[in-house]
Amino acid sequence: MADATEPSAYSHRHLLGIEGLSPGEITALLDKSNIFVEQNRAADKKLDSMLGRTVINLFFEGSTRTRTSFELAGKRLSADVINMSVSTSSVGKGETLIDTAMTLNAMHPDVLVVRHGQSGAAQLLSEKMNCAVINAGDGSHEHPTQALLDALTMRRRRGDLAGLRIAICGDIAHSRVARSNILLLVTMGAEVRVVAPLTLLPPGIENLGVEVFHEMKAGLSNCDIVMMLRLQNERMDGNYIPSIREYFHFFGLDYDKLSAAKPDALIMHPGPANRGVEIDSVVADDFSRSVIREQVEMGVAVRMACLDILSANLAAETKRNL
Amino acid sequence: MVAGTWTAAMPDDPLTRTAYVNARLLDPASGLDASGGIITNGESIVDAGPGIDGTGLPKKTEIIDCGGLCLAPGLVDIRVQIREPGEEHKGTIESAGMSATAGGVTTMVCLPNTMPVIQDMSGVEFVARRARKIGLSKIYPYAAATKDLEGAELTEMGLLAEAGAVAFTDGDKVIKDAQVMRRALTYAKTFGLIVIQRPEEPSLARGGVMNSGEMATRLGLTGIPAVAEIIMVERDLRLVEMTGGRLHFSNISTGEAVRAIGAAKARGFDITCDTAPPYFALNEASVGEYRTFAKLSPPLRSEADRLAVVQGLADGTIDCIASDHAPHDEDSKRLPFGEAAFGGVGLETLLPVSLELYHNGHMKLLDLIAKLTSGPADVMRLGAGQLAKGAPADLSLFDPDQGWQVDADELASKAKNSPFDGRPVQGVVRRTVIDGRTVFVRGA
Repeated sequence: MADATEPSAYSHRHLLGIEGLSPGEITALLDKSNIFVEQNRAADKKLDSMLGRTVINLFFEGSTRTRTSFELAGKRLSADVINMSVSTSSVGKGETLIDTAMTLNAMHPDVLVVRHGQSGAAQLLSEKMNCAVINAGDGSHEHPTQALLDALTMRRRRGDLAGLRIAICGDIAHSRVARSNILLLVTMGAEVRVVAPLTLLPPGIENLGVEVFHEMKAGLSNCDIVMMLRLQNERMDGNYIPSIREYFHFFGLDYDKLSAAKPDALIMHPGPANRGVEIDSVVADDFSRSVIREQVEMGVAVRMACLDILSANLAAETKRNL
Repeated sequence: MVAGTWTAAMPDDPLTRTAYVNARLLDPASGLDASGGIITNGESIVDAGPGIDGTGLPKKTEIIDCGGLCLAPGLVDIRVQIREPGEEHKGTIESAGMSATAGGVTTMVCLPNTMPVIQDMSGVEFVARRARKIGLSKIYPYAAATKDLEGAELTEMGLLAEAGAVAFTDGDKVIKDAQVMRRALTYAKTFGLIVIQRPEEPSLARGGVMNSGEMATRLGLTGIPAVAEIIMVERDLRLVEMTGGRLHFSNISTGEAVRAIGAAKARGFDITCDTAPPYFALNEASVGEYRTFAKLSPPLRSEADRLAVVQGLADGTIDCIASDHAPHDEDSKRLPFGEAAFGGVGLETLLPVSLELYHNGHMKLLDLIAKLTSGPADVMRLGAGQLAKGAPADLSLFDPDQGWQVDADELASKAKNSPFDGRPVQGVVRRTVIDGRTVFVRGA
């Protein structure tokens, strides 16, 4: 059971990204998350470790599953959870973001969960707020809780992450999910491959410790995990790919391409999946292979662990400062 | 010159074993320039070399005495505008096929600027199907690099390549947007495909009708500066450096562009280029008194540029020679110079005008033939242009010395707009063989 009195190996105030985290810190977050998985499957799901604490979900970008997942995680730990959705189209960025932060800061939240379209927005808020900040996705930069829930899913299915061969396929260039996953998996000693047309690969990606492929079957060869990324429709306008038809033909996951991976390879997708674009419907719904629904379940546990650890860290810090 | 006769090759024609003997064999791919012969069986070459003299052959072998003339791989022309579909009044696949085979060309790669534009699988298949039905020169299509040749959105390069598109180009249009060119090179590299650019900065060329300079000034015509070509070459070389893409430049016409490409090749860039006979055989003086047949794109340049192109061919900077065949009807050329269409036919003059480089001592015959056969075939990865065992039996038999005068009206091409009309040349094609079948013969 979660014990708030025992200090976690994760001692940071915020969770802004995977970058810079040690294997020990990642393992601590995953171990804690794993405890909450069982808790969430029990009939009585409520704990009181965040009783009296306030969590604000501040979402500048549309989100269903991430926001719901954080909300549920906070409520299961007995925190008071406020959801704020701010349309980026109706407000400017920069100054307005800081104004919003100062306003919220005056309300004394304990944890701020933020999603923003600009890379670095979570970092900026963390510098202005007195509370803990969790990055729920900033631009094309990071989405650490997604990488943690993916890692938890893999770990529960396959044991040790070290030595797993994982192919991350699709729009690597614009994906914060890809960045956080690459950082986490490489740190944990997995063999990470990226598979994409060159237009969807950012320059220097190979320096992050991944092997680059442009052909699905070559990239998926003997993989334990096939992680598909969502192709954003706006990529069609920037000449990244000529058509959905062509993209699916060469890079969409179907059984033929999947046959190159290990026979029991798991299929993952951060959701929501574009069926017939990056993944064939039949493959997405093949629950002998696809762990897409399990990823959602792990998401709640991971977010509970992050909220729990950060609010405990904040409480310990406050106590020290008294 | 004696008129030739054509026999369309049909897939169900009986195939025989044929020996071409008493020939000067020219095979640039193997470096062979020697007396000898070639044996073909069916559609393929089964033997080639100095030892083949017509003796010791199986009984049913047809023997063709080449009379000591040059026997080379059929010419490979990687820049041809056919006009079918859409502008059949200017040129058709059949007209291009007749013109090509009369010029010794056995393989053509055609530009996608037809109506409709070749930019989907059915367009690629149409060209292949029509060429097979007509049974003259082999034709492979390029596909558009951007949709409707508008330079904005990429075409389905991966699927088009699977359907048979050789490479990707906007034809006689330039991909002017640097970001689009960057993405085209990057996306094409994903599949190992080639992008082709005919370099010309459109804003500098806008309104121009001939080369900038004294000639244009005297004639009162708006010029297209040489720098329009150079700027685009230099920009694209930077994009190749950035993307690692595979780029081919067409129709190089200026000395500065030759030098820039030579320097980039020396640095190891994956680039190639071609030029066309007008750019090493003619200069801006050919415009003379508003001769619209000499209105080409890019324009005929200065004598210094012409000499630099000759030098670029001789030193290997320029990989190959293409005809840049651009048929136009009379209505498009019988106009004031400024209003006339750009372009000239070139399939039948490709070999004789190129042979001037040999006759004038700029290049050895074998090196010149390389620019017309193995050179372009290698650039576009066509697997043609060689006399190796097992290669397709695509051959051209020609007399490199026989003189004649180009008469546009006597060209086999439906369109007659040759910039070489009236020019005395040397070099006559006597026989053209495609897949082992003689499709064109011309008597002595």
